[in-house]
Amino acid sequence: MAVEILKEKYRSQVREVVLGATSAEGGTRSHTIKVGGEAALPFLHFEGETPNRPVVAMEVWDIVPEDWPASLKAYFEDVYHDPAAWAKKCVEVYGADLIALRFKSADPDIKDSSAEDCIATLKKVLAAVGVPLIVYGCGKADKDNTIMGPLAEAAEGENLLLGVAEAENYKAVASAAMAYKHSIIAQSPIDINIAKQLNILISEMSTPLLDRIVIDPTIAALGYGLEYSYSIMERARFGALNGDRMLAMPMIGNVGNEVWVKKEASISAEEQPGWGDQAERSMAWEATTAMALLQAGMDILVMRHPRAVELIKEAIDDLMQDNSY
Amino acid sequence: MGLTGLEIFKHLPKTNCKACGFPTCLAFAMALANGKASLDACPDVSEAAKEALSSASAPPIRLVKVGTGDNVVELGDETEIFRHDKRFNHPTAVAIVVNDTDDVAARLEAIDALTFERVGQQYKLEMVALVNASGDAGKFKTAVEAAVAKTAKNFVLVCEDAAAMEGALSAAAARKPLLYAANKDNYEKMTQLAMANGCALAVKAANLDELETLVEKIVALGHKDLVLDPGSRTTSKVIADMTQIRRLAVRKKFRTFGYPTIAFTSKEDEQAELLQAVAYIAKYTSVLVVKTAKKELLLPLLSWRANLFTDPQKPVAVEPGLHVIGDAGPDSPVYCTTNFSLTYYLVEGEVDATRIPSYIISVDTGGISVLTAYADNKFTAEKIAKAIKDLGMEDKVKHRKIVIPGAVAVLKGKLEDESGWEVIVGPRESSGIQKFAKAQFA
Repeated sequence: MAVEILKEKYRSQVREVVLGATSAEGGTRSHTIKVGGEAALPFLHFEGETPNRPVVAMEVWDIVPEDWPASLKAYFEDVYHDPAAWAKKCVEVYGADLIALRFKSADPDIKDSSAEDCIATLKKVLAAVGVPLIVYGCGKADKDNTIMGPLAEAAEGENLLLGVAEAENYKAVASAAMAYKHSIIAQSPIDINIAKQLNILISEMSTPLLDRIVIDPTIAALGYGLEYSYSIMERARFGALNGDRMLAMPMIGNVGNEVWVKKEASISAEEQPGWGDQAERSMAWEATTAMALLQAGMDILVMRHPRAVELIKEAIDDLMQDNSY
Repeated sequence: MGLTGLEIFKHLPKTNCKACGFPTCLAFAMALANGKASLDACPDVSEAAKEALSSASAPPIRLVKVGTGDNVVELGDETEIFRHDKRFNHPTAVAIVVNDTDDVAARLEAIDALTFERVGQQYKLEMVALVNASGDAGKFKTAVEAAVAKTAKNFVLVCEDAAAMEGALSAAAARKPLLYAANKDNYEKMTQLAMANGCALAVKAANLDELETLVEKIVALGHKDLVLDPGSRTTSKVIADMTQIRRLAVRKKFRTFGYPTIAFTSKEDEQAELLQAVAYIAKYTSVLVVKTAKKELLLPLLSWRANLFTDPQKPVAVEPGLHVIGDAGPDSPVYCTTNFSLTYYLVEGEVDATRIPSYIISVDTGGISVLTAYADNKFTAEKIAKAIKDLGMEDKVKHRKIVIPGAVAVLKGKLEDESGWEVIVGPRESSGIQKFAKAQFA
């Protein structure tokens, strides 16, 4: 007897987005990275192709990350005063597929760095590593709108992944991406309708940009609403496979950014004996969040802890193994 | 997935006798479909129709129980593929491996000591998997005896030698363990043991095809409390097999696979094992057997389980009341928000990040967010004033200032009248709290 395997027939697939550009393509990256393109639910290779494996970006700041727990900072102590060296270590020692450069210093409450300061840092990081780059501002829209354009211009042709466009504020980032040939992160607050609406708004500015959008559905950390993100992502991916073109983009999740501010990441075993060793627990918190998100279709994980990155890359190897019947 | 009224109607006697209390058989069928009536009310329904209707309305995945009394663990009875359609009913039961070659008492003592409390919830480890790693029947029985004496947790007895299983059962049958496992060679004896002792039986095969054959043979022997193991041990293959079993049971009503499942991690490294386990919980595993007993790895695993098995249709609430952030004292700021968990945790995270010890009052809004609760009269000046009073804030802090969410700035006047406190309107979004606190309290 043979069991009749149930394979779903989907009408469509996720768009493929290319990150970075080599010299032949107008940039200076040593290689490009493709994300997306799935024709099946996550890792169900028996019913459709997953042409590109999920990738891991490691976060690099342009200031010293004072607030990170010591157990995490220890990995970067020799480099975190220098974003270029930091990025190089992430790629060469920790195996990062991408670098996510975060311009924290631009925050008016921190250093209020100018666009010129940020450009200088960006150029150093571009020179230090060959992998494609993700570029985030400081997270305050008013300020980010003043630096994203100049950063995009300074790196024209590099096909950076620029973050972030939001429903209330997408034009500056989208125009910068259009003008200087970059891709963009479209971020929506755990809401599938807003995710879709935002992609429609961006496509109204430029249809070709649709192939250069990565959705950030806004993820929550393990224990802090992760299941909301998980279900929104499952619905978005299911929609994409069933023909919803405005949801058919690869997805990115800011895992490290969510996890490392939580109590579980920093509280010591002395204060919370039932929770075990802080160093291992915090690392596991990040890795667990990332693994859960992979099961819902995450394509790009932005992470911090080198061991969590290593574990997730190994898990991705396992998940990408053929399981067809 | 129940039958429609019309499908049920086909099986009814169509006499319209009204004995069931409904005017017609069709009306009765509609009531049955909605779960508002019981088939027993019909005096004329045939045995054949009863059989057809009860098997058709049975859940696509059988409910299987392991253990006894208050400790019983329910497995299966799932109806969905995606949790956003409707909640998953029974959280994955986690079993930690104890080998009969280990110091059983010491290992069990360590496992029993594992209790987890997070966000006001207790996370439980339901089971231990007692493994006949020695291959020796006498050793296995001794280990099982020791375990019965030592722990109240439920057992999975892992041993494919039927004679050794029989010996172990003589010590543990009263605890109604899950027997692992019947395979193609031992299934007759294992099924007999499971039936004689009223235990659930795991069925282990080399692949889905073999599993189908084996389940059918065991069901033919008369046992139905089964738990399925398709034999896969690599992450990708387990996900594929578990997905097939769930889909075939739920979507195709394929009865042979309509049972709970069991999965074993295969990674030796405990951290890598954790990630395998995370995937297996996400993908339809009913009983998950892990080797690690480390708190720092089990806490994230059990937190993930708690997340995944929440009801997606019900807002998740945190305990209403006073939450103390850091070493708060008489001069610390007092914030208030709702008890919708997403809102509360965002606020808590930001307040924590201000590094200023503070109090947060989460007002009981039935777990809904600030603006929704305001619109629904569940987040009102009266309620906040009452919370300030009931929580004894006047004794806890010297000042009389409370921060309210910017989105409900309109409550300021009324709340000042009601409470006598000065009301400071905070930022609209929690992301503004750090800057706000820096300006107000630093």
